[in-house]
Amino acid sequence: MKKLSLLFLLTLFLTTAIIGCSNEEASSEEADGNVFELVKSRGNIVAGVNSDLPGFGYVTSDGSYAGFDVDFAKAIAAAVFGDAEAVEYRPLSAQERLTAVQTGEVDVLIRNTTNTLSRDAMGLNFAPTIFYDGQGIMVTKASGIKTLQDLEGARIAVDTGTTTELNLADTFRLLGIEYEPVVFDGQDQVISSYEQGSADAWTTDRSGLVARLETLANPDDHFILPNVISKEPLAPVVNSSDSKWYDIVKWVVYATIQAEEFGITSENIDSFMDSENPEIRRFLGLEGELGSEIGLDNDFVINIIKEVGNYGEIYDRHLGPSTIFNLERGVNSLWTDGGLLYSPPFR
Amino acid sequence: MNTTTPFWRDKRIKPILLQLLFVIIIGIAMFYFINNALTGLKRMGLSLSYSFLNSTASFDISGDKLIEYSATDKYSRAILVGFLNTLRVAILGIIFATIIGVILGIARLSNNWLARNTSKVFVEIFRNTPLLVQMIIWYSAVFLTLPLIGDNYNFANAIFLSNRGIAIPWFKPIDITWIWLSFIVLGIIGAVFTWKWKIKQQVETGKRKYPSIWVFGTLLLSIIFPFVVTQSGPFTLSIPEINPNGRSFVGGFVISPSFGAVLLALVMYTSAFIAEIVRSGIMGVNKGQVEAAQSLGLKSSTMLRLVIFPQAYRIMIPPMTSQYLNLTKNSSLAVAVGYPELVSVGNTILNQSGRAIQMITIMIICYLTFSLITSLLMNIFNKYTQLVER
Repeated sequence: MKKLSLLFLLTLFLTTAIIGCSNEEASSEEADGNVFELVKSRGNIVAGVNSDLPGFGYVTSDGSYAGFDVDFAKAIAAAVFGDAEAVEYRPLSAQERLTAVQTGEVDVLIRNTTNTLSRDAMGLNFAPTIFYDGQGIMVTKASGIKTLQDLEGARIAVDTGTTTELNLADTFRLLGIEYEPVVFDGQDQVISSYEQGSADAWTTDRSGLVARLETLANPDDHFILPNVISKEPLAPVVNSSDSKWYDIVKWVVYATIQAEEFGITSENIDSFMDSENPEIRRFLGLEGELGSEIGLDNDFVINIIKEVGNYGEIYDRHLGPSTIFNLERGVNSLWTDGGLLYSPPFR
Repeated sequence: MNTTTPFWRDKRIKPILLQLLFVIIIGIAMFYFINNALTGLKRMGLSLSYSFLNSTASFDISGDKLIEYSATDKYSRAILVGFLNTLRVAILGIIFATIIGVILGIARLSNNWLARNTSKVFVEIFRNTPLLVQMIIWYSAVFLTLPLIGDNYNFANAIFLSNRGIAIPWFKPIDITWIWLSFIVLGIIGAVFTWKWKIKQQVETGKRKYPSIWVFGTLLLSIIFPFVVTQSGPFTLSIPEINPNGRSFVGGFVISPSFGAVLLALVMYTSAFIAEIVRSGIMGVNKGQVEAAQSLGLKSSTMLRLVIFPQAYRIMIPPMTSQYLNLTKNSSLAVAVGYPELVSVGNTILNQSGRAIQMITIMIICYLTFSLITSLLMNIFNKYTQLVER
């Protein structure tokens, strides 16, 4: 017995010693957390996206991903590799998404994710907002519900792991209205319980409500309450371990906004190649070294615009008047048009 | 002393060395993973502290709550709500799955063609399809397709079926309920003793002493007595009604669609497995035992109760324990249909607070505690039914 316990002690000592050595090497390697280097060596970016939100991120009939959010993933790939298709999509549920960025399973998350302080503090970084949204509530016309007060005692279906779940609790707590949340993992379940009448209402971002309204059996039987109960700035998310990668994602978003401000589109970009305007020349990488300062090619903006387009084009392609959603630009207009989109100068 | 065998080939030392090597490898692996997690957390600027449990939850939990809870309560209370919901579905599930499973298991061995084959089809269907699929089918194809609350099916305005839940009349305790309860508990204890006493007399004297009539009498007495004392019933009945706003039920007991779907799915799925365990248990009893019982002229029900089951228990208990543990753990699939059990609530907290490791640890501890208690109880029961060797 004595011999055995001695052996155990020896083992323990040995293992600690071995671990002690391997430890330092490992941590020095990981501390950098260089996402950008990894992305470059891999040859594509891994993007976490939504797979069931029409307009923003969904799987098309031929199995490819499309949508407003998906286009921003393509824009990043175009900026880094000059190829908008160099993206590997990971469909993530609302619940999985943040952990996936924290652990580095995805390089960037573009999945209608709201920027909040506590999420920022989880080891994440939020790129500029690509869509300013607010939370809304959808009810049936037959229910006679017109205001939030009418929802007293109602069952409201909501997706778990979202800010909407929290806003709902906050709003009704403030108004002193009793309600019963019905919480699901996944929007399809939320909607089926609403459509079957087991829940009186369902809630998510207003853009999501509009996008889903069109897919309901009888869109005319439903309506969205006028109340906007929260601010939902939806933004791409990256891991905070690599500030270089964060800068790239950030400036790709700004580039799409700035391009719209300059009026540069995928159609007319060639006519700007001999522009005299020094701002535009810098922006397109015809002058200066802006691209290489953040580790990209100088012509990264040209790649983005040629392959994906400017902000307005992306918006119109997925949410604009030519689509079934026909969403007003509203606050998602350029600052010059009274909206909130504003890019810092490219210089 | 001068033999040349090196120490690592020594028969006495070699096994110890091998075990040592094994322990070292396991130790290194464990240290590696723990250390990896710690450095990872450090890199992300996260701590392993559990103090977040004291912050306000700010999210609501669906109707199925066994204790009071609101969005202003703490995370820790939200976890408790989830844990109690897991317990509720697990305990009810175990009870019903056992009852249905035993009936099905016996039916599978029955001489009646219909009973045997009905049971067989049931077992094969429920055992061979995934539980998650069954749960979603129960939820969306059965509970959600019930009529709207406005045009519910109802029986005598007392039992309502709607896709907001099934409302049934339920007991409502009044201030003298405890008097009744204590008399009934006394009555049951008395009945057990009377039974033992009468059986003993019957064995000693060899004359019929009618123990069941005595037991019945004792129980009847325990009901008549409190009625005479209190001059009223033990409880009032609360009949469900539809809330004036037409959105929910008031009074009675409401089985929510989520809870109903989870419970039914777990019970049906597990009972199919239990049926097979019961069947194997019964078939495992030596044929000679059955023949001996038959030759003594025992009725088939008496034979089952006195000869077959006491021996079948021993075979059945260990696999039965595994099924009970499976049922408890399978209840974590309930998030798919919106039932707020431990994993559902835990995931919400994990998401809102970003404390993945802490929340997973809490969930593991909760399941582990419940599972260990279940298997402890089953082991005690197992010891009790084991063959006493002399």
